[in-house]
Amino acid sequence: MSLITVTSPHATRSGNHTGAFMRQVVYATIPGIVVMTWLFGWGTLFNLMIAIPAALLAEAAVLKARGYNVRFALRDWSAVVTAVLLALAIPPTSPWWLIVIGIIAAIVVAKQLYGGLGMNPFNPAMVGYVVLLISFPLEMTRWIGPHEAPSWFDSFRMVLASANVDAFTGATPLDSFRTWAGNAEQLQALPILHGEFASLGWEWVNIAFLIGGLYLLARKIISWHIPVAMLAGMALIALPFWLFDDARYASPLFHLFSGAAMFGAFFIATDPVSAATSRYGRLIYGALIGVLVWIIRSHGGYPDAVAFAVLLMNLAAPTIDYYTQPRTYGHHRAKRGATR
Amino acid sequence: MTTILVAVFALLALAAVFGALLGFASEKFRVEGDPIVEQIDALLPQTQCGQCGHPGCRPYAEAIAAGEEHNRCPPGGESTVVALSELLGREVLPLDAEEGSALDVKRVAVIREDECIGCTKCIQACPVDAIVGAAKLMHTVIADECTGCDLCVEPCPVDCIDMVEIKPTLGTWSWQRPPGVGSKPDNLIPVVTL
Amino acid sequence: MNASIGKPRLLFDFHGGIHPPQNKTLSNQRPIRPAPLPAQLILPLNMHLGAPAKPVVQVGDEVLKGQKIAEAQGAVSLPVHAPTSGKVVAIGPRPIQHPSGLDAPCIVIEPDGREQWCELHPLPDWRTCCPPSALIPRLREAGVAGMGGAGFPSAVKLSPRAEHPIEQLVINAVECEPYITADDMLMRERADQIIAGVEILRHILNPKEVIVGIEDNKPQAIEAMRRAATGSGIEIAVVPTKYPSGGEKQLIYMLTGKEVPSGGIPAQVGVVCHNTGTALAIHRAIVFGEPLISRVTTLTGKALREPGNMEVLLGTPVSALLDAAGADMNRIGRLVMGGPMMGFTLHSSAIPVVKTTNCILAATAEELPPPATEQPCIRCGSCADVCPADLLPQQLFWYSKNQDLERAQQYNLMDCIECGACAYVCPSHIPLVQYYRFAKGEVRKEMAEQQKADRARQRFEARQDRLAKEQAEKEARRKARLEGSKPAAASGVDVAALKAASLEASAAYKAAVKALKAAEAEGSDQVAALASDVEQLKAKADAAKAAVRDAGNAPAAPVVDVAALKAASLEASAAYKAAVKALKEAEAAGQDVTALRTEADALKAKADAAKAAVRDAGPATAKAAPVQPATAEQPAAEKADDGAERAQKMKALKTAFNMSHKHFKEATAALEHAEREGADNLEELRKQVERFKLKADKAKAALGLLVDQAKADMRASGSDLKSLKIEAAQTEAAARQKARELEAARVKGDDERINVLSRELDALQREAQVAAGALKAATDEQGLADA
Repeated sequence: MSLITVTSPHATRSGNHTGAFMRQVVYATIPGIVVMTWLFGWGTLFNLMIAIPAALLAEAAVLKARGYNVRFALRDWSAVVTAVLLALAIPPTSPWWLIVIGIIAAIVVAKQLYGGLGMNPFNPAMVGYVVLLISFPLEMTRWIGPHEAPSWFDSFRMVLASANVDAFTGATPLDSFRTWAGNAEQLQALPILHGEFASLGWEWVNIAFLIGGLYLLARKIISWHIPVAMLAGMALIALPFWLFDDARYASPLFHLFSGAAMFGAFFIATDPVSAATSRYGRLIYGALIGVLVWIIRSHGGYPDAVAFAVLLMNLAAPTIDYYTQPRTYGHHRAKRGATR
Repeated sequence: MTTILVAVFALLALAAVFGALLGFASEKFRVEGDPIVEQIDALLPQTQCGQCGHPGCRPYAEAIAAGEEHNRCPPGGESTVVALSELLGREVLPLDAEEGSALDVKRVAVIREDECIGCTKCIQACPVDAIVGAAKLMHTVIADECTGCDLCVEPCPVDCIDMVEIKPTLGTWSWQRPPGVGSKPDNLIPVVTL
Repeated sequence: MNASIGKPRLLFDFHGGIHPPQNKTLSNQRPIRPAPLPAQLILPLNMHLGAPAKPVVQVGDEVLKGQKIAEAQGAVSLPVHAPTSGKVVAIGPRPIQHPSGLDAPCIVIEPDGREQWCELHPLPDWRTCCPPSALIPRLREAGVAGMGGAGFPSAVKLSPRAEHPIEQLVINAVECEPYITADDMLMRERADQIIAGVEILRHILNPKEVIVGIEDNKPQAIEAMRRAATGSGIEIAVVPTKYPSGGEKQLIYMLTGKEVPSGGIPAQVGVVCHNTGTALAIHRAIVFGEPLISRVTTLTGKALREPGNMEVLLGTPVSALLDAAGADMNRIGRLVMGGPMMGFTLHSSAIPVVKTTNCILAATAEELPPPATEQPCIRCGSCADVCPADLLPQQLFWYSKNQDLERAQQYNLMDCIECGACAYVCPSHIPLVQYYRFAKGEVRKEMAEQQKADRARQRFEARQDRLAKEQAEKEARRKARLEGSKPAAASGVDVAALKAASLEASAAYKAAVKALKAAEAEGSDQVAALASDVEQLKAKADAAKAAVRDAGNAPAAPVVDVAALKAASLEASAAYKAAVKALKEAEAAGQDVTALRTEADALKAKADAAKAAVRDAGPATAKAAPVQPATAEQPAAEKADDGAERAQKMKALKTAFNMSHKHFKEATAALEHAEREGADNLEELRKQVERFKLKADKAKAALGLLVDQAKADMRASGSDLKSLKIEAAQTEAAARQKARELEAARVKGDDERINVLSRELDALQREAQVAAGALKAATDEQGLADA
């Protein structure tokens, strides 16, 4: 007989490990993937099929170079999650090299160069997205109009960068709103701004990601603080402006169900590594992301803003955590901020 | 021409305003800190061993404040160098010590008492008066007060002083840092007493 | 005290908590059984928190059941009692109940099986016999300690300070850890005794409320306790099942809404908390006078065929209990003392049951699988969600890992109760509790070091002050002496001038003598003239010397005097010697030597006189020797410089030798180890050993050279009595050591070594003799001088 000497606790929750956490996130994107494929064609699936192997390869290469146990480290599924999120964020018309560049920026630069999983200050998928958006603005803003999905063959040709993509693409609701903001008649006339209850097509994408997010909440993979705070922040700041001037400012409902609002709220902003971690901190962090998204959408140079808002708040997360320590048992007041 | 003048004056005015603000702030929020020597002395390990070339920690603290290198304290080790660098805003230097002289383990002097001839040389050498005894009588070390500085070892004419590693007791034992990512924290030991 | 069963208490819910699988039915299906009497009982001297007890028995003593075998030392300490009658067979270190695996002193008793009690002092009328506070020392003497967790002496908890009036007495019967059912079974079977113990506690503390907190997963225990407490005014409060509601701080908050201040004790908020087992022990200690010698311990885990609770004598080794519970030794993967959340693993089954041992968990590898590999923290925050102290474990982990102790403390590291909820839920399998324990240990270490450094600083400064004062006193004494010899100083100019003149004269005389000698050797005819010159010059020198002596003697200034006298005496003897030489040469040359002979005689007389004068002056100034006049200072300083340089060199060499010798020793040990293990880098190690030996030898040789030089110098200077003494002692000690070695060699029968050693010993003994002789001579001289 041999005994092990080891620290307490000796019991741990069974079936509980990081890989399982990450897998749940991937499963939760399935409704979104289905709706995007239905609206925008096969491009979304091609994106995923390129992104996931590319991410695993890039991660394995860097881990090997850093002398890690590659097999063990890949089992945490974090590279897959990053790949899925980035693949869903970029347009389904993207050529293969765009995705690969984005993945390399995300995995190699934003994640591994900072020390790997758990050490990255910025959300890797969003770093990849922003690198692409700034470097290839044209490719990154060519979205297919909803319900105009190209055939799988055309999608395949787009991936190989041999199809005339412009034949399929048009302005997104957010683009259109930016272009015509202030012109009430034009806004009324644009069909893309008027779906069942928000923007055409994109409302379903957002509903799908909302369903996925609710699944994550139900499985306790994410806590409610960040998504609720972000959506509430966005809606609450949009409301007064919309009431004041509805020709210049979009409605809260439009904001909540356009672009990457739900995707950002449940899948991007909740990335635990780069987000704030205390309870109050998460509320502040989420709310400020929501406010930033609205500001950039309404006044910034880019039509959508989740990536920028999240990256900006990633910067602020350590500070937020520092000032939002909970009150520990036995202390009169919470220690908030520096004491020295 | 006027635009240039306007710019120049605006900048001058700004400089004056900020200068006044800074001056005010430096008066109003002046920090009455310890003199730097005190702060340095507080970071030194107080072994008073003289390995830095000064007769004690405080003289070395004074020397550091006067500009000497802050990496000459082997008992303090790397952590002291880092702490001093932080305090002084100087570069972190590698520890300046002979090979093997910077020991991680804490030690105390122990006199092999049957060999002691009572020469009082170690008593005179001890910087913290941690050795008691009288001429021609046996000496002994007060282990609690010994800083492990080694200074008594060498004056001993009969070499009866040993530096003994302090073993952990139930009171001082504490857990090790776990090995970290990619390892398991357990320790498998075969058990024979069954 | 009007709490009723019908009106449930308003409970406060603490933050976090977890719900691990209970696994309690494993052990609560059987009634409490008595454990068998083991072959040996091992009683650690610190079964409790605080200072270890001091044995009052000796090996071989016969002891009776309940007899005190070790007494408390200090305020926070408890005595140890013999759990059964028998014989003390050993007092010494044994493995004990501590995660470090270190041994600690224990008393080992071999039971005689008679179970013969010592005389007890029961107190059934405790309510009326004496003031409540008189019961507290009885509890201390009975060795009652907290039986739930840390083992804090109960008597200390029962003597709260007057400024903290006790409002609530909380009895902790929660038992929230999985697997453990000791308190559960105790309440089911002995509720009356527990309530009786609680009554005693109430009598001592006189609180406003008495609340017993029980988790709702023990319906039978709740029922039994309610029955027993009927009409007593003791409230039985049922708390929801959630780990760690049995933590003292958490339970107090749940029942009273009060938080124990950080770093404080419950009494500060008017609460005292005791465990059910403790209440029972208190009852037995007061009513029957029985000391705490046994307890109920849960034996559980899937490696046991008959898990359950046993009434165990303290000191029973775990192995005996495992046998009694039918353990399948091959299936035990992890042996835990305490529960699966906060217990610690045992490295040996010889470890005894002590006052705090509520559970022995013999788990199979499937039950408590080996720890998983640690993955990176993804800051998911699960740990923060379950932390009952409302800490941010992920931040604590980060700072603990990086040893940023200041930040870790800012995040309230020290408020962590190490309950393990965070590590239980961590998806990355990080041993968080170990990180916190490590960091806490570092914090404590740092604090201890800081305290020690402060003390060292104080002592160093005190010493510096003392040395400075001594120096100042010396200075003052010297000044006082100088004041005393002022007249001499007044005539000092004269003396100096005279001295210079005298020196000049003697130099001229010497030159003349030299010339004379040369002439004689050459057989020159000027010899006579030169001789007369010499005569004249000598007379002059003598006159000058006499003047100097007179000037010195007149004011009786010993300091100046002695030096002058010494110089004079040296000169005189030099002159005499020169004259003698000249005389001899002249005789050899066959010249007329009468004149020279007279001269030599005269010189001899003079030299003798001078010597006598010096000797006379000596005792008077022996003590003033260190403060010598200006003439002597220069060379002395130079010599000191020389000495300092050599000392420094010696120090360096000695350090070098020590270091290389140490390395040599280490390398040798490593080599031996490697040889034993049959490692494949033997060659390399051997080379290393050689290298270090060479280095050490070199350093030793160089050091020896220097030492010899120093010794020679000392002998030359001859006067340093102290160094002679030390040298003598040193050689003697060396000889002694050699003799011991030789003895050892003889025992071993190593002929070659005996030869070498005896040769060396002879040499050393000779050296010692020489040194002793030198010392004796020096002492005699000193004695002569003193006389």
